[in-house]
Amino acid sequence: MTTDGKARVFELALESVSKSYGARQVLRSVSATVRTGQVLAITGPNGSGKSTLIKVACRLVRPTHGQVLWKLGGKEIPAEAGRKIIGFISPDLMFYDELTAAENLRFFAQARGIKITDEDIESALRSLHLGGRGADVVGSYSSGMKQRLKYAFALQHDPPLLLLDEPTANLDTQGVSLVHDLIEDSKRSKCIVIATNEPEEVGLGDIIIKLGA
Amino acid sequence: MAAKWFLGLWMILVILGAFFYAPASLGLGQISRIIFFHIPTAWVAVLAFLMCAIYSLRYLKTRQPSDDTAASVSAELGFLFCIIATISGSIFAKATWGSYWNWDPRETSIFVLLLIYGAYFALRASVDEPERRGSLSAVYALLAFVTVPILVFVVPRIPAVQSLHPSESVVSISGEFTMDSRMLTVLLASLAGLTGVLAWVFNLRMRAARLLSTIPQDKED
Amino acid sequence: MTSSSNWGRESLAVLWKDLLSEFRTRYSLSAVLLFSVTALAVVSFSVSPYSLDPEAKAAFLWIVLFFSAMSGLSRSFVREEEARTALALRVSASADAVYGGKLLFNIVLQSAVAAIVVPLFLLLMDTRPANPALLVAAAALGTLALASSSTIIAAIVSRANAKGALFAVLAFPLSLPGLSSAIGATAEALRGNMPEAATGAAADIRVLIAYSALMIASSLLLFDYVWND
Repeated sequence: MTTDGKARVFELALESVSKSYGARQVLRSVSATVRTGQVLAITGPNGSGKSTLIKVACRLVRPTHGQVLWKLGGKEIPAEAGRKIIGFISPDLMFYDELTAAENLRFFAQARGIKITDEDIESALRSLHLGGRGADVVGSYSSGMKQRLKYAFALQHDPPLLLLDEPTANLDTQGVSLVHDLIEDSKRSKCIVIATNEPEEVGLGDIIIKLGA
Repeated sequence: MAAKWFLGLWMILVILGAFFYAPASLGLGQISRIIFFHIPTAWVAVLAFLMCAIYSLRYLKTRQPSDDTAASVSAELGFLFCIIATISGSIFAKATWGSYWNWDPRETSIFVLLLIYGAYFALRASVDEPERRGSLSAVYALLAFVTVPILVFVVPRIPAVQSLHPSESVVSISGEFTMDSRMLTVLLASLAGLTGVLAWVFNLRMRAARLLSTIPQDKED
Repeated sequence: MTSSSNWGRESLAVLWKDLLSEFRTRYSLSAVLLFSVTALAVVSFSVSPYSLDPEAKAAFLWIVLFFSAMSGLSRSFVREEEARTALALRVSASADAVYGGKLLFNIVLQSAVAAIVVPLFLLLMDTRPANPALLVAAAALGTLALASSSTIIAAIVSRANAKGALFAVLAFPLSLPGLSSAIGATAEALRGNMPEAATGAAADIRVLIAYSALMIASSLLLFDYVWND
C-alpha cells in the first residue's frame, strides 16, 4: 500500500532472550538480529518454544531475561506501538465466528485506526482466493479458509515486521504456494520471521535458529 | 538476632503494662484493657494493607518476583491482624454495647477489609502462572486501595450503620489526647511493639521465600 | 500513544463489534435478563405481603441489579478468552480502546437490564416513586458506577481460572461505595421531596459521579497490566 515503508529499514533484535514459566525453562539465551529484506527461520521439534519465541518477538510475552528491540530507521519503537508494527499469523489466532469475514477485517482495521474501504477488503479476500466469501460468517469457514483469512488480517496495515507461526498450517497445495509467493513478495519491504518445521520454509531463511536441539 | 529478643522483651513489658501499669478506664472497667491490643492490631492490619498496595505498585514497575511475594506476605499478615482486630473488637463490643456485631462504621469497614483480603487470596489461588498472578493481584490490590478511602466516607451513610465507637477516640480532632497518660503510654508502646512484630514476621517470611526460590524445583509450588 | 479522538473512535469500534456479536448470539443479554427477572420475581414473591420502607425497597432493587450485573458484565471479556479471540484483539487494538469499548458495552448492557428491571420492580412492588426524576438519575448513575467498577474486574476474572464464582467475590467489596450510594439515592427518590432528603440524595449523587470517575481513571491506568500480561 505505502511506499515510504521501503525507505526505512526495520530491525528486530533478540538479545539473549530467555523465558521460563515457573520452573520450566522454555527458551535459553536466544540471540538474533533480522532486518528488512531478511527472513529469520525458527525450527525445532514440537514444544521446543517456537511459538513462545514468536510471541516474545511480538512482545506479547515478556522475556524472563534479555530483551527484544524494534528499530525503524534506526529509531527504537516501544512495545505499545506493536499493533502498528507487527503482522502476526499463528495457530492461536482466532476471529469472531459470529461475524462475517468482511466484518472481522473491517473491525480489526478500525481497531488499528486505519481507514479501509469495502473494495480494499474484497480485493484482499480475492487475492487470497476467498473472493465472494466475505459475506459468510467466519464460523462457517473451513480451517484452511480461516488460515487464508489470517493473511488478510496480518497484512491489512502493511506492517514492517511479519511474524509467521506455522504459516501454512491447514492449507492445501494451492494455499501453500500462495503463501510462499506472498513471503517472496513481502521479503523486499518487510522483515520476516517464520516458525516452521517444513523444510521448504526453513530454506527460505537467511538466518536459521534451531531450538531444543 | 538481637532485634528478636528486644521485641520479645518489649511485648512482655507491653502485656505487663496493659494489665498492671495502666489503670482501667473509669467508664468501662477492666474490659477497657483490650484496647491496648485491639487498636494496635487494627492499625497494623491497615498498615499491612498499605504495604501490600505499595509492593503491588512496585511489582508492576519492576516485575521483580520478590515484590509480588512481599505484597502477598503483607496481605497474609494484614489478614491475620485484621482477624485479631475483628475478634478483639467483637469481644469488646459484647461487653460494652451488648452484642458481638452491630454494623458500626468501623465494624463495617473492617469487615469490608476482610472481604478485600479474602478476595485477594481467592484471586491469587485461581491463577497458576506466577507472572500473571503477580500482575492481576497487584492490580486488584491497587483498585482496592483507591476504593477504601471512599468507603470511609460512604459507610457512615448506610442506614443500617450507626456509630457506636467513641467519636473522640484516642486523639480528638483538635489533637489533644483524651486518655490517661499511663494508658496512652502503654497504647503507644503496644502500637510500636506490634508494628515491630509485623516487620519481624514480614522479614522472616521474605527470607523463607528467598530460600525456597533458590531450591531447584521439580514441581510447581 | 493514541490521541484521545483516536481512542474514542477505536473504543467505539470495539463497542460496535461487541454489540454486533451480542445481537447475533444474544450471549449475554438473554441470560442476564432471564436471571434478573427471576431474581425480581423471587424478591417480589417473598416480600410482597409486607409493606416495606423505601430503604428496604431500594436495597432489594439494588440487590437484584447487582447480581444481574454479576451474571452479565464479565461475559464480554470471558468470551474473548474462551473463543480465543483475545489474541487477535491484543495485536490489533490498543489496550485503552479495548477497555473503553468494553466499558461502553457494559454500560449499554446494564442500562438495558435496569430499563427493564426498574419499571418491573415498581409494578410488582406496587410502588409509586415520589420523585421519578431522582429515581431515573439514581438508576442511571448506579448503573454507571456498577459498570465502571466491574469492567476491569471482568478483565481480571477472564484471565483467572475460576471465572464464575470469582467475579462477584472480587467485585463486591470494590462496588460497595457505588452500591450503597445508589441505594441511598433510590430510597430518597422513593420516599419523597422533603428538603433533608434532597440534600442526602445530592450527596449520594455526587459520590456516585466521583466514584465512577475514580474507578474509570484508575482502570485506565491499570488495564494494560491486566490485558497484556
